[in-house]
Amino acid sequence: MISFQNITKKYFSTNNNIETTSVALDDVSFDINKKEFVAIVGKSGAGKTTLLKLLLAQEKPTSGNVFFEGQNINEIKPKNLPELRRKIGSVFQDYKLIFSKTVYENVSYIMEVIGASDEEIKRDVPRVLDIVGLNDKLSNFPAQLSGGEKQRVAIARALIHRPVVILADEPTGNLDPYHTFEIIQLLRRINEMGTTVVLSTHNKDVINNLGKRVITLEKGKLVRDEEKGRFIL
Amino acid sequence: MFDSIKRISNLGWKAFVRERSIMVSTIFVLFLVISLMGSIFLLRDMGEFLVASIQERIDISIYFKDTASEDDILTMKKQIIEFPEIKKVEYISQDKALNNFVEEHRNDFSLMGSIEELGVNPFLASLNVQAWKPSQYASVYSFLITLGADNMIEKIDYFQRESVIQRISALSSTLSQTSLYVVAILFLIAIIVTLNTVRLSIYNSKKEIEIQRLVGASDWFVKGPFLVQGLLCGIAASLISFLSLGLICWFFSARIMNLFIDFNLFELFMARFWTLFLIQFIVGAGLGMIASNIAVRRYLKA
Repeated sequence: MISFQNITKKYFSTNNNIETTSVALDDVSFDINKKEFVAIVGKSGAGKTTLLKLLLAQEKPTSGNVFFEGQNINEIKPKNLPELRRKIGSVFQDYKLIFSKTVYENVSYIMEVIGASDEEIKRDVPRVLDIVGLNDKLSNFPAQLSGGEKQRVAIARALIHRPVVILADEPTGNLDPYHTFEIIQLLRRINEMGTTVVLSTHNKDVINNLGKRVITLEKGKLVRDEEKGRFIL
Repeated sequence: MFDSIKRISNLGWKAFVRERSIMVSTIFVLFLVISLMGSIFLLRDMGEFLVASIQERIDISIYFKDTASEDDILTMKKQIIEFPEIKKVEYISQDKALNNFVEEHRNDFSLMGSIEELGVNPFLASLNVQAWKPSQYASVYSFLITLGADNMIEKIDYFQRESVIQRISALSSTLSQTSLYVVAILFLIAIIVTLNTVRLSIYNSKKEIEIQRLVGASDWFVKGPFLVQGLLCGIAASLISFLSLGLICWFFSARIMNLFIDFNLFELFMARFWTLFLIQFIVGAGLGMIASNIAVRRYLKA
């Protein structure tokens, strides 16, 4: 379903007239199948977030191709990007919630974006918020929620439109162990319901308890790809 | 399509209500701009009225000798009115000239006494000639000279009035030209100020725009609510400005009437009610939407 083929991503910058190049990803290739739960691990700066950004077409690779459902993401025209992004549910370390909207509105926004009917929105939003245990916080604004609650809203938003894949970029990075466990359990349940999950993290305990496929990145290179892998760095 | 428009409007309305402090500052700037436009519109009308009323009072008088008969004078009047640059010709007989003088100086006993002492009517019959524009008086004078009626005409008072006529002519053309430039410059400044205010208010939503795009919102779905907010700010500002202008006109109407007789500012406002309302409404709504569009487009390109 997702295929990274010989992906290299370099960032160029100029400092005091000296050009510097940093390599975020170096000739990375792997595939992700439907309904898989894949964890991408690596130290900070290993290239985990860059991989997910390439999949969301937030960045373009310096060389190589990224395929999603057979479509080369690099060739998608900017006006067609929303179509791609609607097929992907994203969860970020900094939640990326819209702070001027309530919990209900943050989740229903994506339903409005995809053109769901009012009836569907009224039916599905409370259901999904129930799944993430936030049915009593519908009218709260993100600023009135704890870190764990904010991340659960983000997961509800990523889930609501039944995307084919959920990308979770360090979703537990800002959470305590209790909320971390809670969020990972939620992602597991989502995967069990048939959604592909791509989780990027550098949390050793999370990976070791998951018992799922683990792709390890080091300095932009893919160094390990194991079924039921463990966190080894 | 209808659902999308309904949702975009709803999102725009909610943001308009929730982000009150930002909206109030945007409305305030738009209010200043729209009020300025409305005031210039009214002031231009006021200026035109004043120039027209001054123009109405200037004319050239042809004074006739005692020997000229009324029939000859009326024949000449018919000849003069044929000239295309002449708007109006009024015949003032000797008796009417006397009556007008008496009417005007009734309370001046020394003047009245002098008239009585003379025993005869000292006034001459005249034709008061009015042109369409002050600039046309020179050619009107030349035309009157060509009539060649020296045996009838005592004098034509163009030269005594020439400098006043020329000054008024210059003033009216300067006024209409300058008001055009002033309006153009002010409108440009207004657009820049409004654009910057709206840009600042949208800058606060920069992160939200980024998130909306990440979750798959189309450019129109992101941009739409900002356009609705701009539209609502423009409408609110134009309504406040229109009501304020109405109140100011009503309040100052009597005072201005004391200065310029015959000029009623509130009547002018009422006469221009719909034009003024539409101008302010279109400028407000248009400016609000254009400024929002330009400001948000920047973040959609990123």
